[in-house]
Amino acid sequence: MERLCRWVSFVCAIGVLAALPVRVWADETSSTDSIQTRSLGEVMVTANRYSEVIPSQKLAGKELQALNSFSVADAIRYFSGIQIKDYGGVGGLKTVNIRSMGTNHMGVYYNGIQLGNAQNGQVDLGKFSLENIEEISLYNGQKSEIFQSAREFGSAGSIYLTTRRPKFKPGEKSHLKASFKTGSFDLVNPSVLFEYKLSESVSMTFNSEWTNSSGKYKFRYKRVTPSGEVAYDTTATRQNGDIDAVRFEGGLQGYLSNGFWKAYVYHYSSERGIPGAIVNNVWRNGERLWDRNTFVQGVYQQDITRKYSLKVNAKYAFDYTHYVNNDDKLMRVDNQYKQREVYVSLANKYSILRNWDVSVAYDMQWNGLSEYLSASRYTHWISAATAFSLADRLKMQASVLATLVDETAEGQTKAPNKSKVTPAVFLSYQPLKRYNWVLRAFYKQIYRMPTFNDLYYTDMGNSALKPESATQYNVGFTYAVAPKTGFLSGFHTGVDAYYNLVKDKIVAYPKGQQFRWTMLNLGKVDIRGVDVQATATFRLPLEIGLMTKVQYTYQEAIDITNPSDNYYRDQIPYIPWHSGSAILGLTYKDWGLNYSFVYVGERYNQQENIEYNYVQPWYTSDISLVKSFKIKAVNLKVTAEVNNLFDQAYDVVLNYPMPMRNYRFGIAIEL
Amino acid sequence: MMRGRILHIIIGMMLAMLVSMTSCREDDVIVLTEYESLPMLDRESPFAGFYLLNEGNMGSNKCTLDFVDFEQGQYARNLYAERNPNVVKELGDVGNDIQIYGSKLYAVINCSHKVEVLDARTCQRIGQVDIPNCRYVAFDGGYAYVSSYVGPVGIDPNAQLGAVFQVDTATLEVTAEVTVGYQPDELVVQDGLIYVANSGGYRKPNYDYTVSVIDIATMTQIRKIPVGINLHRVRADRYGKLWVSSRGDYKSVPSRLFVLEKDKRTGRMEVSDTLDIPCSEMEICGDSLYLYSVAWSDISQENRVTYGIVDVRTGRLVSDNFITDGTETDIEIPYGLKVNPENGDIYVTDAKNYVSSGNLLCYGRDGKLKWKVRTGDIPAHMAFLKKTN
Repeated sequence: MERLCRWVSFVCAIGVLAALPVRVWADETSSTDSIQTRSLGEVMVTANRYSEVIPSQKLAGKELQALNSFSVADAIRYFSGIQIKDYGGVGGLKTVNIRSMGTNHMGVYYNGIQLGNAQNGQVDLGKFSLENIEEISLYNGQKSEIFQSAREFGSAGSIYLTTRRPKFKPGEKSHLKASFKTGSFDLVNPSVLFEYKLSESVSMTFNSEWTNSSGKYKFRYKRVTPSGEVAYDTTATRQNGDIDAVRFEGGLQGYLSNGFWKAYVYHYSSERGIPGAIVNNVWRNGERLWDRNTFVQGVYQQDITRKYSLKVNAKYAFDYTHYVNNDDKLMRVDNQYKQREVYVSLANKYSILRNWDVSVAYDMQWNGLSEYLSASRYTHWISAATAFSLADRLKMQASVLATLVDETAEGQTKAPNKSKVTPAVFLSYQPLKRYNWVLRAFYKQIYRMPTFNDLYYTDMGNSALKPESATQYNVGFTYAVAPKTGFLSGFHTGVDAYYNLVKDKIVAYPKGQQFRWTMLNLGKVDIRGVDVQATATFRLPLEIGLMTKVQYTYQEAIDITNPSDNYYRDQIPYIPWHSGSAILGLTYKDWGLNYSFVYVGERYNQQENIEYNYVQPWYTSDISLVKSFKIKAVNLKVTAEVNNLFDQAYDVVLNYPMPMRNYRFGIAIEL
Repeated sequence: MMRGRILHIIIGMMLAMLVSMTSCREDDVIVLTEYESLPMLDRESPFAGFYLLNEGNMGSNKCTLDFVDFEQGQYARNLYAERNPNVVKELGDVGNDIQIYGSKLYAVINCSHKVEVLDARTCQRIGQVDIPNCRYVAFDGGYAYVSSYVGPVGIDPNAQLGAVFQVDTATLEVTAEVTVGYQPDELVVQDGLIYVANSGGYRKPNYDYTVSVIDIATMTQIRKIPVGINLHRVRADRYGKLWVSSRGDYKSVPSRLFVLEKDKRTGRMEVSDTLDIPCSEMEICGDSLYLYSVAWSDISQENRVTYGIVDVRTGRLVSDNFITDGTETDIEIPYGLKVNPENGDIYVTDAKNYVSSGNLLCYGRDGKLKWKVRTGDIPAHMAFLKKTN
């Protein structure tokens, strides 16, 4: 029934859209537009005026589109310093961990405002389709610009997802894009995007997408004996991994003199199976999950005077989760959770001198969890920051953030209120004016507050938990060159070395009986690593374009909690020492060929680095071919993708097999 | 040119790094048995040694089987995969009980929903019996009786009664099934009757509080004896008394030990004594009941661990610790207990944090540590292998 409802809502959305353009085009033909060509895209250029001390890793535009990525999680694999936990399939949970500090230290921002999950602190990036994402940026530490909300100073790493911004050419009034993807896993994935210029300064966007997949795929487990004979080799089909999801997004953006505003609505609704772990004698699980995520958010930013700028953010979010375990063999579970979030932020920036800015921001958030668990908290963030630059070659930024949490819980021991103050310092320096060679460094301290599950979850939660702390040190450099002649047309590289220390890490600890756990501030992790990335573009004859991008991460993340543990100084679970990726993009006229490679080296699936917990490296090659056509005013793009080209059978998470070779085809029409 | 050189160096470095990191994937080799020698040797014992079943954390599929060899004085870690390389995904997920009956070893694998049947001497697979959410096993007259958290699906899906399955040990076929209380755990057979402790763990806070009595001849539940909430273990002593442990509710009702005796007038088993002693695991050897308890304390944010010996004749705690050398502080979470009836050695397992290797510790009758050895994940259940098995 609900599935039908989702389908109907998607069809209705398309119906509304189908009716709209007629009027829109009618408008267009009769319009006597002024020839002002101020593009709304420039709005964001204004926002970027306050330059960052340490630039982010970015995937945007064509480069992003060329990757064989379905969700944001797939694309993030191409950033250095990142580990993805992927439970496999279209509907499988995909979370991201930055520099081994844990998912909860990662902030994910959607159009500038953080996506929250006060219940478990995890954001499933598999839920965010790349369909309408224009840019993904990753910042270590924080976005090193000072004109931002206080909360943005509060993560150990941040991912910014920016949806497509309408850009109208002179005379254009609307854009319509429709696309359809299909392929392995019985995927059916239509989507529509509509952009309309309401006036010279105001435009709207609407985007909707439906994803349906049986989630069925072949997986294989094989073992050999030491002499090389096959011990067992079995192939089976993944069951109960189906997903049916629909997403709507609508935006309204306006352009002010020296400022802009944006309002945004997001709704996601899904039903999915949770395929579960594949263990001996169990090839199918019966868990089901229903999700509804809805939020509205708004941004207003303006330079009030030449020296004073103001930014206001606001958001209301409502999330509903319904989890059912209807496996006859197991305990019946039927739980519902409702989460609400109210968030407001006020950021102020004042330019004391042309090269010296200060900012103050205050954010307030209320989170409530109800039904199965009942708890709420108010969180206040207050930040003060300053940025200073010398001759555009030395840039400095310092910030301090105070976080205050007021907790309430119904029917349980309330967790104590918490307050923490954390500093951060960012520096960059270009020693030689002639060379685009920039040295950079940062220091940052951050706390992550325990989630509602950590504090209150039945039997397991521990209201006495303290916040978990992380300290980060980073030094590195970037080098860029763009030769005017020759084979190489552009080259950019960044190298960073870092040291992180995580203390009071919140870990599950057993309570003595089978399957009974509690949460404790037990862990201490020492993380040292190097991130390297490089991009090169080449000049080739015959209109051939060639782009390469490589990224490599070395990490040693060891558990230093207690010398008497078996796993003392062992690499923590699921963190590979070596990981990396490479992208090769070739374009010729209307054709595009893209090859991407992801490598995750050997690692262990439990704390102890013993043979029994050893996990082999995995690496996949994906390839895609794109052809664009232009028929009058219509742009047509056809895509064919092969993922996991060499048919590797691997698990990212133990006993959660990943898909082997699979295919995807897409067609997109743009008006 | 300087710029060119820097560029070459950087590109060269990156290529070198890319090549060096690419260690390739190979076929996964089955995990082989590891042998470790123990500072012990007991060729005189009627036992060849004992098996230790490691539960493995839920979802990890890391249930493994180890063996302490008295004749060789050695520890064999993880026997199953090497002895049975063709079994897909090895022994399974969460081992919950192990027993030897005749020449066969029965391992109850809870989350793999099966009882694995092996040759007790070679550890080679004979077959498996599929029983959903199976928990513990007991034997009588050529039949195995297996408790299961879920019986046939009833009308009310929220009231899943458990069951006891009867399995013919010759054919490994299920021959009968009887519905009992909620989420039954341990069971014993005495005088043609099966006594099974119902926990009701899926129904908290409305735990079950009964011991079901099954008549083997008719395979029907004939009675339910009210005992205490959330029952777990049931053992018989040599006087025909039953010792039943309750887990309590982990909050206000503490874990306790109950004694069931035949009422002289009616001839039926009834609760005759309640001992205010918390009990997570027990082992009866002669007149001594060895036990330990692990209870989480919200106040101290620690597990409170206690050990003790109860005299089954008097029901009195005769010792509040069978470890005398102070090494109990090395045991993070005791998770299994067995006593060697021949020499009085006490074996205690330590499950540590559930997700790393545990330890097996051997104490002498005097309570002094004799040896300890690393096990698999969550070492828990032990079964002696007689030389005559």
